[in-house]
Amino acid sequence: MDPTHATMKTPLGRARGLGAARAGTETFWHQRLTSVAGVPLTIAFIVIVIALLGRNHAAAVQILGSPLVAILMLLFIINTVYHMCIGMQEIIVDYVHDEMWKYLALMANTFFGFAVALTSTYAILKLSFGV
Amino acid sequence: MADTKARVARPLSPHIQIYRFMLTYVMSGVHRVTGAALYFGIVLVVWWLMAAVSGPNAYAKVQWFMGTHIGRLVVLGFTWGLIHHTLGGIRHLIWDTTHGFGPNEREWLARATIAGSISLTLIVWIVGYLVMGGAE
Repeated sequence: MDPTHATMKTPLGRARGLGAARAGTETFWHQRLTSVAGVPLTIAFIVIVIALLGRNHAAAVQILGSPLVAILMLLFIINTVYHMCIGMQEIIVDYVHDEMWKYLALMANTFFGFAVALTSTYAILKLSFGV
Repeated sequence: MADTKARVARPLSPHIQIYRFMLTYVMSGVHRVTGAALYFGIVLVVWWLMAAVSGPNAYAKVQWFMGTHIGRLVVLGFTWGLIHHTLGGIRHLIWDTTHGFGPNEREWLARATIAGSISLTLIVWIVGYLVMGGAE
């Protein structure tokens, strides 16, 4: 028997499952999830930046390294990077039609996201643990 | 060559330049443009965090740059972009609930987003200057 027909499910049934399980529209859903989380986290980020304005290095390090601020900054960075990479992926597939350039752009997008997320995480953790 | 000419002669689907100006489609574009700008703007945040890790000299450099006219302008743009994209996002979340699609509602949402982003940016900067004045 043809393996693609080894299931009793109809094609419509399979597509339905993907939608209802929130897996078929995963990217769309994750963009919503990160946008909802992004609202309070962005407010927190702005408040943190304002609290650091005009302070010298020692004071800034102390505030950024304190538990609540560090955790909020980590959440903000990770959430924002994930959200912005989905967004840039959307822009790339909209405008870059050449297959070669499209895949290069998508790879660059992923590399940039990991670089931003890991560099920021490293910095925040180093400030928190003071090593 | 003949093929190319035949391709050019084909009717093309109309693009935005033939439509009457609508605030809602401009807002759609602005949402995308601010998102893309913030994508690259986050490098400033990374620079700032790495400077804090690197030491007082590196941190002083960031503070110097943010104090220049260009630096201030970039940070002002970043602030407005971040707030505008956040409010635009809330607008999209409202639409996700199937509300706010009426002709008056969508126009009102577009205007509220612009008014909100400009006034909130002003408030954030006024508070910022007050905080800076207090810290010095």
